[in-house]
Amino acid sequence: MRKLLSGNEAIARGAYEAGVTVATGYPGTPSTEILETLVAHKDEVYCEWAPNEKVAFEVAAGAAIAGARCITTMKHVGLNVAADPLMTLSYIGVVGGMVVCVADDPGQHSSQNEQDTRQYARFAKIPVLEPSDSDEARRFVKLGIEISETYRVPVILRSTTRVSHSRSLVALDERTPSERPVGFEKNPQQFVPIPVWGRKLRLDVEERLARMAAAASTSPANRIEWRDRKLGIVAAGIAWQYVREVWPDASVCKIGWGYPFPDTLIREFAAGVEHLLVVEELDNILEEHIRSLGIACEGKNVVPPTGELSVTRLRQSRAAMEGGEIVVAPPPPDDLPARPPMLCPGCPHRGIFYGLTLHDVLVTGDIGCYSLGVFPPLNRTDIILCMGGGISLAHGMDKAGEPRKVVGIVGDSTFFHSGITGLLDIAYNRGSSTIIVVDNRTTAMTGHQDHPGTGRTLMGEKTAEVSIEAIGKACGIHRVTTIDPYDLKRVQEVLNEELAAEEPSLIISRAPCPLHQRKPHGPPRIIDPASCKNCGMCLKLGCPAIERHEVISINALLCTGCGMCEQLCRFNAISVTEE
Amino acid sequence: MSQGPQITSVVFAGVGGQGILLASEIMARTAMIADFDVKTNEVHGMAQRGGSVIAQIRYGQEVFSPLVPDKEARILCGLERIKALRYRHYLAADGWAVVSDQVIVPVTVSMGHATYPSDARERLHAFFPNLLYINALEMAQSLGNARAANTIMLGAVAAKLDLPKAAWEQAIQECVKSQYLSINIKAFECGYSFE
Repeated sequence: MRKLLSGNEAIARGAYEAGVTVATGYPGTPSTEILETLVAHKDEVYCEWAPNEKVAFEVAAGAAIAGARCITTMKHVGLNVAADPLMTLSYIGVVGGMVVCVADDPGQHSSQNEQDTRQYARFAKIPVLEPSDSDEARRFVKLGIEISETYRVPVILRSTTRVSHSRSLVALDERTPSERPVGFEKNPQQFVPIPVWGRKLRLDVEERLARMAAAASTSPANRIEWRDRKLGIVAAGIAWQYVREVWPDASVCKIGWGYPFPDTLIREFAAGVEHLLVVEELDNILEEHIRSLGIACEGKNVVPPTGELSVTRLRQSRAAMEGGEIVVAPPPPDDLPARPPMLCPGCPHRGIFYGLTLHDVLVTGDIGCYSLGVFPPLNRTDIILCMGGGISLAHGMDKAGEPRKVVGIVGDSTFFHSGITGLLDIAYNRGSSTIIVVDNRTTAMTGHQDHPGTGRTLMGEKTAEVSIEAIGKACGIHRVTTIDPYDLKRVQEVLNEELAAEEPSLIISRAPCPLHQRKPHGPPRIIDPASCKNCGMCLKLGCPAIERHEVISINALLCTGCGMCEQLCRFNAISVTEE
Repeated sequence: MSQGPQITSVVFAGVGGQGILLASEIMARTAMIADFDVKTNEVHGMAQRGGSVIAQIRYGQEVFSPLVPDKEARILCGLERIKALRYRHYLAADGWAVVSDQVIVPVTVSMGHATYPSDARERLHAFFPNLLYINALEMAQSLGNARAANTIMLGAVAAKLDLPKAAWEQAIQECVKSQYLSINIKAFECGYSFE
C-alpha cells in the first residue's frame, strides 16, 4: 500500500514498523510532527514530550539500556542541549535499538543557525543515516534500529527541512516487534564510565568505528549508480535528488550512511571515474575526508557551502564547472512590500510588547513566537541567543552594569525547557532583572504542543499542571505577579511598579494562544470613519488585522476581537460590530 | 536538462491562512490517483505567522527534487494579487500565471513603511504573457463563503493541467471535511470553467 507522507510522518511510520516502544522528544521545527504522528499508535508506543531535549534523550537512553527499542526527536539546535548525554552514551552504549532523529534546517527557514548534525556523529563517533525522501526516511529508521542493536550504539538519523516537510510516496510494511524482553542486566563495567572502566570503553569505541565503516561500505543505504564515467558524483542525503536532476548522465555514489565513512565504497567509486565531485548540504565533511584518503575531488569550490541546495543552485555549479553560462531567472521586483512574519491578530504577547514600548528598557528575548516582538512597530527585542537564554542574558547584562533596566522575556514552554535554571541564578546571585514569562498555555510556534504547564500529556492524559508562580517563588523570587496581557492599563501599572523594583521580579503574562483556542475573543471590532482621526495610534500595536489603505480599517476576517485597539483609541472610534 | 520536461511543476504562493496547504494536498492526491509519482513541499513554522507561504507540487513518471527549479513551473498560482510577482522566477517561459485579484495589505504597508503597488494588474499583464486574472474572493462570496476562494483558484489551475477531472473530484472528496464538501465542489467547478 502506497501513501503520500511527509518525511516526518514517514519517520514515525518507520519507528512503528521497527517495533519502537518508547518515543520521546521536544518540539522544534522541522522535527515536531514525528511524535505527533507516532502518538496515533499510543497503545503500542509510549510517547512523551519531555521538558527539553536533554531529558528526552536521557529518557530514551534509559529505555534503550533497559532493552526497549526507542527513538528521540529534536531539531538540530536541540542536539546541543542533549550533547552531554550523547557523548557518553556513545561509550556505554545501548541494548535495545536507539535512533536519535535530528532535523537540520539548511537555509534557516525556522532556525537561528545552520549547524550540520553530521559533525555530531563524527564528534560522538556514532553512525549517521541521511534519508533523501520519505520512503527512505521510513526504511532508514528501521536500518538505524538494526545498526544500533548490532553495534550497541545510538544512531543519528539526520533529516533536513526538505526531507521532513516534503511529501512523497511511501510503501507501508507491517510492524516487527522486538523479541528481546525488557529487563536491565547489571554490568557496571559497561554502564558506569568511571575512569577506570571509561578508558576501556574509549578503546571499544574506536574498534567499533572500524567495524561499522566496513559495514557502511556494503550497506544498501550506500550504492553506486554507474553511468557515464567522465564525472562521478558523491551525493549525500537529499542532495542526491538534486544531483539526479542536474546530472542525469553522471555516475553517482549515493550516500545514505555517511559516517563512519564507507571508505571501501568511496575508493571503488573514485577509481572508476575520471573526475570526482562531492555534493553535500552544509559542511564539507565527506569532501574533506575523501581528500584525506588521497583522492582528488571538487566540492565546496563549486557547490555552495551555506544555505540550502537546490536544482537551481546546482545548475549554477554545473555551469561553473563546465565553463558554461546559464540565464538566471529574474529576481522579484525590489519595490514589492515585504511581508515579514508577525504576531497573529489577537496574540496576547502583543499586550506585553506594546506595554514595553512605553519604557526605555533593554529586552533579552528567547526562542518562540515572541521573537516576533523584534519587528516594528513593537521593536521590543534586542537580543536572542538560545532557548532559556533570555533569562540568563538579562542577568549577565545587569551584572555587567548595563545602565538601562534589562527585561528578559521567555515563553512558558521555554521557561520549563531551560529558563528555570536562569531564574534560579538570578535569585541565588542577587540579581535585579525583571523576567516576564509570556504564558500562552502551549508551545505555540511549533504548532501547539503540550508541556508541563498545560496539564495534559502528549498521549492525551490529564496530569499535574505545573505552576510557574510556584516555581518562581521556590527559586527565591519574592516579587511574582500574574497579569492579563489584554488589559493594557493593568499591564502598564505592573510594568511601572516592577521595572522600578530593586530586586528581581517575575511577571507572568497569562492568556491562551488564540490560534490554539480556535475561537475568537469576541466580535470583530470596526472603526467608525466619522470618529476616526486617522491618528494611527491603533497601528502601534502592529496587528495584521488593522489595515491602512488611505483610511484605517479592521479586516473582519482576521480580527479576533481582542479589544486592545479599542483600549488605545483616544477618539472612541473603535467598537464592536453591530451584528 | 533532460529530466525537466517529464515532470510537471506547480507553485502556489499566498499568505498564511489562505488555505494553500489544502490546495496543495488536493493536487498531490489528484496526481497520485492518476498514478503519477508525486512530491510536494510546504513552508512550516516561523514562516507561517502571517508571512508569505508557498507550496510546491511536482508530478511525473519519476520525480526527484521536491523543490521546483527556477523557470520550470507550468503554473504559478498567486492567491494574493502581488504574490505571483514575488515568485515569478519559478514560472516557465510558456507557463501560466493564475492570479487572484484579492489584496491582503501587509503590515509594512499599514505602518507606512512600504507601499502596495497601485499598478499591480498592469504589471502582472506586462510580466506574464499567459495570465489568468480572477476575482476569486468576490466569486467565493457570491457562492456564500469567502474561504472557498482558494478552491476556485485550484479549479482554474486544474483546467490548465493534464490530470483527469474525475481524479480531481475524487481527491476533493478525500481531502475536504464533509460539511465543506459541497461548497468546495461548487467553488472548484467555478474556477475550472473560468474563462
